[in-house]
Amino acid sequence: MIDKIYPTARAAVADVHDGATVLIGGFGMAGMPSELVAALLDQGAREMTIVGNNAGNGEVGLAALLKARRVRKIICSFPRQTDSHVFDALYRAGEIELQLVPQGNLAERIRAAGAGIGAFFTPTGYGTLLAQGKETREINGRQYVLEHPIHADFALIKAERGDRWGNLVYRKTARNFGPIMATAAKCTIVQVSEIVPLGSLDPEVVVTPGIFVQRVVAVAMANGR
Amino acid sequence: MNRFTRQQMAARVARDIPEGACVNLGIGLPTTIANFLPPGREILLQSENGVLGMGPAPAPGMEDPDLINASKQPVTVLSGGSYFHHADSFGMMRGGHLDICVLGAFQVSVAGDLANWHTGEADAIPAVGGAMDLAIGAKNVFVMMEHLTKSGQSKIVAQCSYPITALACVDRIYTDLAVIDVTPTGLVVIDMVDGLGLEALQQLTGVPLARA
Repeated sequence: MIDKIYPTARAAVADVHDGATVLIGGFGMAGMPSELVAALLDQGAREMTIVGNNAGNGEVGLAALLKARRVRKIICSFPRQTDSHVFDALYRAGEIELQLVPQGNLAERIRAAGAGIGAFFTPTGYGTLLAQGKETREINGRQYVLEHPIHADFALIKAERGDRWGNLVYRKTARNFGPIMATAAKCTIVQVSEIVPLGSLDPEVVVTPGIFVQRVVAVAMANGR
Repeated sequence: MNRFTRQQMAARVARDIPEGACVNLGIGLPTTIANFLPPGREILLQSENGVLGMGPAPAPGMEDPDLINASKQPVTVLSGGSYFHHADSFGMMRGGHLDICVLGAFQVSVAGDLANWHTGEADAIPAVGGAMDLAIGAKNVFVMMEHLTKSGQSKIVAQCSYPITALACVDRIYTDLAVIDVTPTGLVVIDMVDGLGLEALQQLTGVPLARA
């Protein structure tokens, strides 16, 4: 019997190793797998490379991971926010490496990793600081930049409901990076609001098929859902 | 000197968005355009974080932390709206499916180069988000910005001194003084605030302007 259900967030992230590349879902706090990130903080892995849209908010979640000096490098599109002071201080002190990526290139690099694409030419970023040193090519009269996929050891994402095969549905704009991150990691770990019996998710509306998911854990969401 | 207020600027942009358009409104000033879209017109607002058919802010107490816009503020979804993941969202931009995006800017050049993501200062923390994808992707790129910096320098320039967001991407500029089209033959003024003449605007702007 296939059973991807894990009893706790702690058990689900137990084998994240030092130096791992970890995709973390979410756009701001929507879709942020806060309980998995908290478990990762307790677990103690160091020297990680974190890939996500932002670089942490306030003092919790990813920001707490940064503050505890567990992160060597962050790959993201929008680190600067009104409440990103933990990242800001580390960056200004030269204590964290930043790879800034336009948001669409970030998404497509993650998607490409999951889809087995070796690299791709994108018009985004051509002629800018973020394309410096990268291969370019003119295709049908337009200029493109070569971008490479982002493969990861682990993905931590949040979905609304999942079953023991790992099929997932999401909720509203909390979907964001979840479906593509699930495809791009060797081990995808999902926190869901509810684990449902196999067969209760309509196959027509499953967003992430279980093949992309290794572990599912139900957590009581902090916002009451 | 007369100036368009921010509300007048937003209303002016809204007037130019046609029925049926799919539109992305950038963070900051452009977000306010949503409040001025004519009620009779069906316009689909896209938000980079995965919603098409975005509606206005919810009533107090009805906020949902899972339903936010690119500025991470709570929003609603219209009947007929849809949700999608980030690769699809940016495919809508890069793939040329968006009719219009409206972005803020530090500078726009005569050639339509846009600078809006980074001041280039040594201690500035850079953040790019979706700006570069929107700028190269939307069929029409509108910029909405003050005409002059706080120190009175034109933000419409011969060549951008700030780091570029995208080359030759801007189609139209809405400022507090004028509406200006970026054309292959140069900048063309299509509207000016009452009481301002082309000569005075030309003097403030410092790059060649033609009257439509």
